[in-house]
Amino acid sequence: MAILVRIPTPLKKLADGRTTVEAEGGSVWEIVLNLDSKYPGIREKLYDGEAQRRFVNIYLNEEDIRFLDGSDTPVKDGDQLSIIPAIAGGSGRL
Amino acid sequence: MLHFSEEQVQRYSRHIILPEVGVDGQEKLLSSRVLIAGMGGLGSPAALYLAAAGIGTFGLVDFDVVELSNLQRQVIHTTEDLGKPKVKSAEETIKAINPDATVHQYRQRITSETIADIITDYDLVLDGTDNFPTRFLLNDACLLTGKILVYGAVLRFDGQVSVFAPNQGPCYRCFIPEMPPPGAVPSCQQGGILGVLPGVIGILQATEAIKLLIGVGEPLIGRLLLFDALSMEINEVKLRRDPNCPACGERSNLIELRDYEDLCQLAV
Repeated sequence: MAILVRIPTPLKKLADGRTTVEAEGGSVWEIVLNLDSKYPGIREKLYDGEAQRRFVNIYLNEEDIRFLDGSDTPVKDGDQLSIIPAIAGGSGRL
Repeated sequence: MLHFSEEQVQRYSRHIILPEVGVDGQEKLLSSRVLIAGMGGLGSPAALYLAAAGIGTFGLVDFDVVELSNLQRQVIHTTEDLGKPKVKSAEETIKAINPDATVHQYRQRITSETIADIITDYDLVLDGTDNFPTRFLLNDACLLTGKILVYGAVLRFDGQVSVFAPNQGPCYRCFIPEMPPPGAVPSCQQGGILGVLPGVIGILQATEAIKLLIGVGEPLIGRLLLFDALSMEINEVKLRRDPNCPACGERSNLIELRDYEDLCQLAV
């Protein structure tokens, strides 16, 4: 099944400049693997091996997957996955 | 109870006639003390509206002087202010908007040595900083002093807003447990920002600050607002308090402040 994945600004380059992409899989991990097959390099931005990086949050709909079943969290049709990175800019010395 | 002058009644009349603000709410704003950390892209628009709203006392922390490249978004400073300390330039604008305001300038970097003492004197902190080490430190300082932190961050076309209220909800480290290593996110090496974006985000922060100070509405506690200027979409996700949070979690031993290494600086 295909679900919508929201790509944040810092990762858009990897996803051909797109803000949303479709990916397939029955769990968050399968979605990530599917994403990486279409847009190589995305997995490494989100995961160190199989461990989710601690400065990138992955949300299934409104919930942080860290508070669900992590990478094993099941996904279903109509769900939306959002990648929310740490950004720090404010006064602009970026 | 404060007694409004005739001028104040007129100045704040559009607040006073709002049932959610009224005389009581306006009095709360006039007796409020807000610390703005960073007088840049976020702090500038926030300070303009907070000054207009009648916040009584401002603390402004920033070490930098106004540069030409700032003026594309840091709207509290003008071309005439080039070379001036940002806290001075900002004080002048705040007082030009509202002579009721008292302003304390802290022309310094935010360090573990000084920040807790400064924060203690204020009701609420607005985060307008531009790097992870300072954000981590500010979060720790707010946790230690029990002050609410109104968070905003921007990059290119994307912005984030939330409210971190000690003991009432998650803190910044529940959201970002660890600082990204160099190159992992374009926090410092890559740049670019749509000038109006920090305006939107800073004003959302000011809105949250005013609501919190008056005590009305539903603040963004436990909620992260995501703004995408390119697609003009606003989304919201839940932020949860993490029992394993390194700063506010059950096993956290945050008893004194420490400075965090600036990984971005190290990478340069």
